Amino acid sequence: MAGPGGDMQWCFSQVKGAIDDDVAEADIISTVEFNHTGELLATGDKGGRVVIFQQEIENKNQPQFRSEYNVYSTFQSHEPEFDYLKSLEIEEKINKIRWLPQKNAAQFLLSTNDKTIKLWKISERDKRPEGYNLKEEDGRYKDPNTITSLRVPVLKPMDLMVEASPRRVFANAHTYHINSVSVNSDNETYLSADDLRINLWHLEITDRSFNIVDIKPANMEELTEVITAAEFHPHQCNTFVYSSSKGTIRLCDMRVSALCDKHSKLFEEPEDPSNRSFFSEIISSISDVKFSHNGRYMMTRDYLSVKIWDLNMETRPVETYQVHEYLRSKLCSLYENDCIFDKFECCWNGNDSVVMTGSYNNFFRMFDRGHRRDVTLEASRENSKPMQVLKPRKVCTGGKRKKDEISVDSLDFNKKILHTAWHPQDNIIAVATTNNLYIFQDKVN
Amino acid sequence: MISTMECAVDAQSLISISLMKIHNSRTQRGGIKLHKNLLVSYVLRNARQVYIKEKYAEIYRMQQYEEVMTVCNEIQELNPLDLEAEDAEDEEQARAACCAEEASACGSPCHRGAAHCRAAGTVAGCSLLEDGCKEPEPSYYRSCCMEAPPAPLCEQCPANSSAHCNKTTVLDLDTHVVTTVENGYLHQDCCCDALQCGQSAQSPAKKRKVEFGCCASDAEEAPDFTAARKRAKREDCSYSAPDYTDTSNISNLISIFGSGFSGLLSRQADLEQICSKQALASLGAWTRAIVAF
Repeated sequence: MAGPGGDMQWCFSQVKGAIDDDVAEADIISTVEFNHTGELLATGDKGGRVVIFQQEIENKNQPQFRSEYNVYSTFQSHEPEFDYLKSLEIEEKINKIRWLPQKNAAQFLLSTNDKTIKLWKISERDKRPEGYNLKEEDGRYKDPNTITSLRVPVLKPMDLMVEASPRRVFANAHTYHINSVSVNSDNETYLSADDLRINLWHLEITDRSFNIVDIKPANMEELTEVITAAEFHPHQCNTFVYSSSKGTIRLCDMRVSALCDKHSKLFEEPEDPSNRSFFSEIISSISDVKFSHNGRYMMTRDYLSVKIWDLNMETRPVETYQVHEYLRSKLCSLYENDCIFDKFECCWNGNDSVVMTGSYNNFFRMFDRGHRRDVTLEASRENSKPMQVLKPRKVCTGGKRKKDEISVDSLDFNKKILHTAWHPQDNIIAVATTNNLYIFQDKVN
Repeated sequence: MISTMECAVDAQSLISISLMKIHNSRTQRGGIKLHKNLLVSYVLRNARQVYIKEKYAEIYRMQQYEEVMTVCNEIQELNPLDLEAEDAEDEEQARAACCAEEASACGSPCHRGAAHCRAAGTVAGCSLLEDGCKEPEPSYYRSCCMEAPPAPLCEQCPANSSAHCNKTTVLDLDTHVVTTVENGYLHQDCCCDALQCGQSAQSPAKKRKVEFGCCASDAEEAPDFTAARKRAKREDCSYSAPDYTDTSNISNLISIFGSGFSGLLSRQADLEQICSKQALASLGAWTRAIVAF
C-alpha cells in the first residue's frame, strides 16, 4: 500500500485489555471511536462501561517514538434495566459512541445502549480551591464560634482528575433496539435509529424527539426489512442515509418533508442470480454505512464485502471489495454457529484513500482504493513486540497450502474483529478483538 | 433458483435449525432481536421452498416405482404361470381401448369434489395413459392424482395444477394442541397432498382389474371399494414409513409458519400464498411470538 513516501508498513504499538483467554462477557468491546482530533479514543463494552484513552503529546525530539494512548477516563455509562411492562431485560451493552466536536475545554460524547442515549461531559480538573472559611480542608464544617477571620479561597494546583458526568439522558423514544447514533454537522441535532424508526433530537432537549423515518408496517406480519444503520452527511446538515437488511441504502433530505419515509435516492445493486442460496438475504444485509470524509462517497459493509458508492450513482457501487469470499461455501456452518449474523463495521482513513474492515481469526483487511491493493493483517499477542512490523496474512482457499498460509478450516471464528477505527489525520488505527484493543501505527521511516 | 449444492446441509435440517433459533431467541437476554429473527425467517422460507419441491419430486419418483412394482406383483398374483406375457398385452390393449373411449370424458377441469375424484380414479389410469400417449392434460392429471397414480408407462406426467387436500394438522405452540383442519386447499407442492398420492399407489391393482372392459360402467361399482381402500391406505401411509412421520411433522410446522411474516411471500410463489391463506385461519402461536415485538 503506497502512502506518502512509499509503502505503508503497519507496526504494533499497544494492546489494551486482559491477557487471559477466558473472556468475561462484560469485557467484550462493542464499539470503538476516535474523537475529531484523534487525541481521544473511546471504547464501549458489553458491561456498559466507557473507557477513554488519551494520546500523550508526541515527543518531537524522538520521532521514532510515537505517542501512546493511555487511559484517560473510565466510567459506567449504562446499567442493566428492566422493562416491567414488557417483562424484558434491557442490556447495558454500549452499542455506539459518537464524539461531539469540541466547543470548549470539556469533551462531550453520546453513548447509547438498546434504548437510551446519554450525553456525557468529560472534563478535567487540575486546580482546587483552598482556604474555605466555613469548612476544614477535609470537608468538615467548622464550629462557627471558632471563626475569627475572613479570607478569600485560593485555587491551588492538584493532580489531574478527569470527571465524567451525564449531562443529558434521552430516553423512552425507541421501541426497538437502537443500532446507530449520528451527530449532525450543525452540532445541535443528532439522529438515533432503531430497527424500524429514526428519531431526530436536539442536544439540549431530552423530553422530545421528532420521528423522521418510520418503516413499521401496519401489520407486523408484512415486515420485510429493518433499518440496520444510519448516518448524517458530514457537511450537509439536511442529508442522512440509512441502510436496510435488504441491502439497500436510502438517502433522505429533511427539507423535503417532515417525515422522510420517501427517500430522495435509493442505492441498490441487483442481486447476482447465480449466487442465490438459502442465505442470500442474510449476507446481503448491510451491517454498517459510513460517509467518506469529503462527503462524496459512502461505504457499506455486508457479510462478505465492502462497497463504495458514489452519491450520484444509485444503480451500483463504484467499487466492491471482497473481504472473505472464501466463506461463501461455508455459509451453512456459519449459519449454524450464528457467525453469519455478525455485524462488521468499516471505516475510512483520513483522506478517504484507504478503507478498513474486520474479519475472523483476528484478521482485518485494508483496501487501498487508489492503488487497487489490499492486505490482510492480524491482531494477535504473538505479534505484539513493540514496533513489530505486521506481516501480511493469507488465507488458502483451496489446493495446496503454501507456507505461512492458513486454511479456511483452521480459521477461528470465535476471534472476530467487528470494530475498527482510523485516526482522522494520522495513520494510526484501533482494532478491537473480543476483549482487547490493539493500536497499530504506520512505521515512520 | 436456490442452489442446493452450495452446502451439505439439506433443507430439512435447515428448517429445524431455524425454528430452533427462533425458539431460543424468545429467552435471550435483551429481548427478541427483530433483525436476526427476520433474517432467520428468510432462511426458513428459502429452505421450505426447496424442501417442498424436493419432497414432491421424491414422492413422484416413489409413485412411479411403486406403480411398477404393484403391476408386477399383480401379474404374479393373478396368473403367475400362464398369463404373465398375455396379461401385459391385454393390459395395453385395454388401455388403448379405454383411452379411446374416455378421451372425451378425460378433458374435465381440476377442481372436483371427493366423490368425483373417486369416480375419476377409475378412469384416471386411462387418462393418464392418454397423457403419456398424447398431449398431457395438466389440470386433469392433478385432480386424479389423489386417487390413482400415473400409469407405469406414462413417463411424463405434468403436475401443474392444484388439487384438494382433505386435511392439515396445525400445532399451536402455546397450548401444544394439535388440530386437524379439513377442507383446506393446497397446491401440488404440499406434502400432505404428496403423501396421499404416494400411498394411493397401491389401489390401482384392484382398479385395473375392474377396468378391463368398459371404464365408464365401472365408475359406480369401483368407488366404494377404492374409497375404502384409499382411506385405509392414507392412515397406513401416515405411519408406515418412519421418515414420513418426521416429514409430516415438519410439513405441519411449515404450514404453521406460512402464517407468519406473510410479507416474505414472493408474489410468484403461489404455493406459499395458498398455504398461508389456509393457515392464516390458525395463526395463534406464531403470530403471538412474532407480533410480540
